[in-house]
Amino acid sequence: MKRLVVVGNGMAACRLLEELTRLAPDLYQITVVGDEPFAGYNRVMLSPLLGGGTDEKTITTHPHQWYRDRNIRLITGTPVVAIHRRRRQVETAAGHLLDYDRLLLATGAAPRQLPVEGVTLDGVVSFRDLYDVRRLLSLPAARVVVVGGGFLGLEAADALVKQGHDVTLVHSRGHLLNQQLDESAGHRLQQDLEARGLKFVMQARTQSIEGTCLEESREEGGRGRVAAVHLADGQRLPADYVVQAVGIVPRAELAASAGLTVNQGVRVDDTLQTFDPAIYAIGECVEHRERTFGLVAPLYEQASVCASHLAELGHRRYLYADSATRLKISGIDLVSCGDFLGNRDKGKDQGETLQLNLPGSYRRVQIRDNRVVGMVLYGDVSDAPFFEKLWKEKADISALRETLLLGEAFCKRPGDSDENSEEIAA
Amino acid sequence: MSVEAKTQETEQMNAPLSTCTTCPYCGVGCGISTDGVTLKGDRQHPANAGRLCVKGSSVLETLGDQDRLLNPEVDGEVVSWDQALDEVAGRFRRIVDEHGPDAVAFYVSGQLLTEDYYVANKLMKGHIGSANIDTNSRLCMSSAVVAHKRAFGEDVVPGCYEDLELADLVILTGSNTAWAHPIVYQRIVAAKQARPDMKVVVIDPRRTATCDLADLHLAIRPGQDVPLFNGLLTWLDDNKALDQAYIDAHTEGFQATLETARSQGNDWEALAAKMGVSKVDLTTFYHWFAACERTVTVFSQGVNQARNGSDQGNAIINAHLATGRVGKPGASPFSITGQPNAMGGREVGGLANQLAVHLDIDNPAHHAAVADFWQAPALATKNGLTAVELFEAVSSGEVKAVWIMATNPVDSLPEADKVRQALMACDTVVVSDCVASGDTLACADIRLPALGWGEKSGMVTNSERCVSRQRPFVPAPGQAKADWWIITEVAQRMGFADAFPYQHEHDIFAEYSALTAVAGQFGKRLDLTGAADLSADQYAQWQPQQWPLNGDPRCYADGQFSTPSGRARFVSCENPPVRQIGDAFPIILNSGRIRDQWHTMTRTGRAGRLFAHLSEPFAALHPQDIERYRLQEGGFVRLTSRVGDALVRVTRDTGQRPGTAFMPMHWTDQFSRRARVDALVPARLDPHSGQPAFKHTPVNVSDWQPRWHGWLFTAASPPAVEYWARVPVDAFLQAGQVQRYRLAGDADLTEQQLHDWLPQAAQWLALNDPATGHYRRAALDKDGRLLAWLAIGETLPVCDVDWLADCFAVEADIQHMAILAGQPADAGPDLGPVICSCFQVRQKTIEGVVEEGADSVEAIGKGCQAGTNCGSCIPELRGLLETCTS
Repeated sequence: MKRLVVVGNGMAACRLLEELTRLAPDLYQITVVGDEPFAGYNRVMLSPLLGGGTDEKTITTHPHQWYRDRNIRLITGTPVVAIHRRRRQVETAAGHLLDYDRLLLATGAAPRQLPVEGVTLDGVVSFRDLYDVRRLLSLPAARVVVVGGGFLGLEAADALVKQGHDVTLVHSRGHLLNQQLDESAGHRLQQDLEARGLKFVMQARTQSIEGTCLEESREEGGRGRVAAVHLADGQRLPADYVVQAVGIVPRAELAASAGLTVNQGVRVDDTLQTFDPAIYAIGECVEHRERTFGLVAPLYEQASVCASHLAELGHRRYLYADSATRLKISGIDLVSCGDFLGNRDKGKDQGETLQLNLPGSYRRVQIRDNRVVGMVLYGDVSDAPFFEKLWKEKADISALRETLLLGEAFCKRPGDSDENSEEIAA
Repeated sequence: MSVEAKTQETEQMNAPLSTCTTCPYCGVGCGISTDGVTLKGDRQHPANAGRLCVKGSSVLETLGDQDRLLNPEVDGEVVSWDQALDEVAGRFRRIVDEHGPDAVAFYVSGQLLTEDYYVANKLMKGHIGSANIDTNSRLCMSSAVVAHKRAFGEDVVPGCYEDLELADLVILTGSNTAWAHPIVYQRIVAAKQARPDMKVVVIDPRRTATCDLADLHLAIRPGQDVPLFNGLLTWLDDNKALDQAYIDAHTEGFQATLETARSQGNDWEALAAKMGVSKVDLTTFYHWFAACERTVTVFSQGVNQARNGSDQGNAIINAHLATGRVGKPGASPFSITGQPNAMGGREVGGLANQLAVHLDIDNPAHHAAVADFWQAPALATKNGLTAVELFEAVSSGEVKAVWIMATNPVDSLPEADKVRQALMACDTVVVSDCVASGDTLACADIRLPALGWGEKSGMVTNSERCVSRQRPFVPAPGQAKADWWIITEVAQRMGFADAFPYQHEHDIFAEYSALTAVAGQFGKRLDLTGAADLSADQYAQWQPQQWPLNGDPRCYADGQFSTPSGRARFVSCENPPVRQIGDAFPIILNSGRIRDQWHTMTRTGRAGRLFAHLSEPFAALHPQDIERYRLQEGGFVRLTSRVGDALVRVTRDTGQRPGTAFMPMHWTDQFSRRARVDALVPARLDPHSGQPAFKHTPVNVSDWQPRWHGWLFTAASPPAVEYWARVPVDAFLQAGQVQRYRLAGDADLTEQQLHDWLPQAAQWLALNDPATGHYRRAALDKDGRLLAWLAIGETLPVCDVDWLADCFAVEADIQHMAILAGQPADAGPDLGPVICSCFQVRQKTIEGVVEEGADSVEAIGKGCQAGTNCGSCIPELRGLLETCTS
């Protein structure tokens, strides 16, 4: 039997193992090495977990028994420290030496560190894994500043509010989730979250993190504790804890040290193969066609393609497909896709904007040449599949335009719509 | 169910409800039986025997305090009745004292009851001493009055409704009976069904719904009635079809009249061509007329509202006199009136050129007799100003105070914009009305709240001289008072208390009935003397009766007429001069009623369902003209005449003669931005009657293409945009009744403007597509109840307006998307427009029934109820049958 070693036990790795053991159950003797001390869990569910909406058991997708049932050896709690490509062997911090015929890197990503003074203080935390959540859950009632108004930051902040903390979120841009939402939706989200007790400081750059008794601690060899966050405009936000949520960076150091080609992430081709034909990589650690990844949908697609190659059925290619981003923050559904502002395609005009504002719900669809090029749905996302289909199919919507935003139930497809007839006389 | 139970149920159905009264609408004068909640036709009433048209059926829906004038107002301030009456009496007294009696005027209405009319006439002519009282009957019936007086020596309609059922030939000329007098029409329909040999001829430039019944439709050119009937006289003479014995025994002036008629020759080919009909049709008509001893010619506004309206009436009467067909069973000329009490007004003398009870001002004997009866030494000695002259005199300042009662001259008189200007400039304008807003009320200095139908009590006379009671069955709203009471109070305050001692309408009716004895002294047929000693109780119990009371249902059957000689007079009728149609105004505009509306909509405009038939003001044009003038069916047309303009929708009507257009008379500034047809009509009058020519206005038409279209539902006033048309919705908010506005405009809109059109709201639903100018808004209160709805687009935004109207009426939680869409998500099929208003049956439902095999109107009725109540839609049902089966 061939030996497959999987480095990383996150969602991409777990999905790959599922696919692979289904496609070729007896092809490999598989060893999984995870640096977290846990079996496979759903990272997406960390926010509900932090918010008290679920428990660890529920979010565990792949318990130890699952690995045992498939004869997969699972080594947890220790990182891989080296890849000996010539020997086709990996080495863990705990000293395991594992031979491989095929190696899969699924090392994921690490939280981006704020490039400011004070990030190493006690009380500056991230929100990345189950360990972080456990730590956040154990905090006494405190003043927390969350830095970053992206998805992770919002989820962390919302969950912390639910835990009873006094939370202020600092975001460098004018509106929240600026990667996924337009200004209107971003402002709505802010208002809705403010109504739930979250405070915001917008368009704020974090200058530094102030610590208590910094000097004394240093002398004592300690790092000191967080006292406040200082913003570029001079504002000082007192804080007992600071959560950094300013994005992620692919964890590619291991690959780089093994001499694999690494740019932002581990470079892979369309078959998810790295520079070394025996080594594959998927997930947040990779860079594919100059793109890195952070959402779950493309990861799963990579896992699927990669599994087919590892199963030696390989003929599929991974090609990034722009897909809709579906998020849920504090119970609020959001869907975003495509060029929703109409500004991504430099050669083209912005197109036309259709907007729908309802209490609790907002929709924006960006149209160019009578085709949907992007959208933002906020609140009621029941029609997301309808819009997504129009977007993907590049369907001509001119016949639907009048009631397009009201959703499928109000859009007769061209052909079965009556002429807009109005009669003043019977 | 047992036979007994069934009989009981039938009896219950037939039993009248607590109050028997008379319909407030047309001159048919149908009996209504109601308890204020439900309503049905009065089976005992001779006019309708239980039938009602859609307007009559829905009249209860028009009641209610909404938009009612509830308090007297002087210069915009609510005042007590005492103050208001003192003010009116004081101002009239002062102006009469300073400028003489002819400096004041009353302008009254066929909506008034006979008692109201009587006291108004008595006050103005008898005691103020001016004949400046005219009525809106001037606009509809005065030519017929002249024709009757010239021919018979008295304003008498000789026939009765039964004649329509007895006749072998019914000629309907200048009358869209099917829509304007639906129950008379239904009686003819029933008679023709019973006797299919009976013939019906419709003479009308338009192919109207009435033509559905016609064996022959003579679509003559507008204004060709005199040549047609002069031709008939000649043809009868040529074909030895005259009743020479009758002519010799009972008439005078025949030879001269025949000569005038003959002067146009007897080349039937040429005459037919001149009139725009085929020779075969023309001579068929003449043949039938000659052959049918029992012939009734019904004529209405199409005859009266012309520059030669009186002559047109006499041309018809001439043909009847020449064949001895006046006042005989099934044989008579028959003028039918438009208003519930135009006839009552004519009896008491409500026109400026009548004295009272069919007597004449300029006849010294008549004058002396009436002055004596009234004890009125100041009794006016010369005719007063007729409607159009009266408002010209207001304009020139000659008349300084005018009191308008129950009518809307700013909409109904020709050159209506000038009338408005005249009133705005007038020293004192008093308006008594039952509604709070109206185009004439807007000009009033003093507003007096009058009782409306269902509240007021008195007599009305219908087209066949039948005098019926209007009885009250709902309490008066606010401070509203009977018109006779208001007039009596003013008369007393002007110093005429002795002559106006009335405590009850019954006192007035008794006095009026007694006065008809004076008419009798002068050989008049008007005779109500049998009611002169009526007790209050008998008055209360009054059953419909024709005058002459206790007489024959017909007049002049014996050939004895009301003229001094006792002979009927032929009246020579010259053909009207041929007028060239100029390039500037190439279309001849006709105006008239539509099926479900009445006058200026002050009443019918309160019932949303009466807009289901026709919801917007329109001009109907022949497809050729639509193409020729580059109009668009369903689009907008701006009509301009020498005196005004209007902006309405275009409807395609193959029933129009090319070169003509038709506009409904109903829309006012209360219901549309600029759709008052009478703003277009120049004040050209019949020289004898003073009746304006409403049916013949040269206009130009041009396409108007709005840049945006929209719908607006709100309880507020309409926005100031180029076009709007209003339909009331049966839903009420705190801010008032919800109105549905169809909007169109050509100025750019800003989002702020849209916002300004809508009320304050707790919640908003909004859809924006600025690139195409498509915007939708819904305003909700904090509980989610709909307050207003707006949609604007380059084309008319799609929505289901009836469903939306329902959304305002229900408190139910409606899905936001559906509200903005203006239609339910699982929108069923669009069933098309409502055809049958009574049962709200829509076009596609009817078509479905036809597709399932219904091959007759009856079968449609069985299948879906359409047409089984009032029957007004039967012509349309027939049309649908034809389209579906062809």
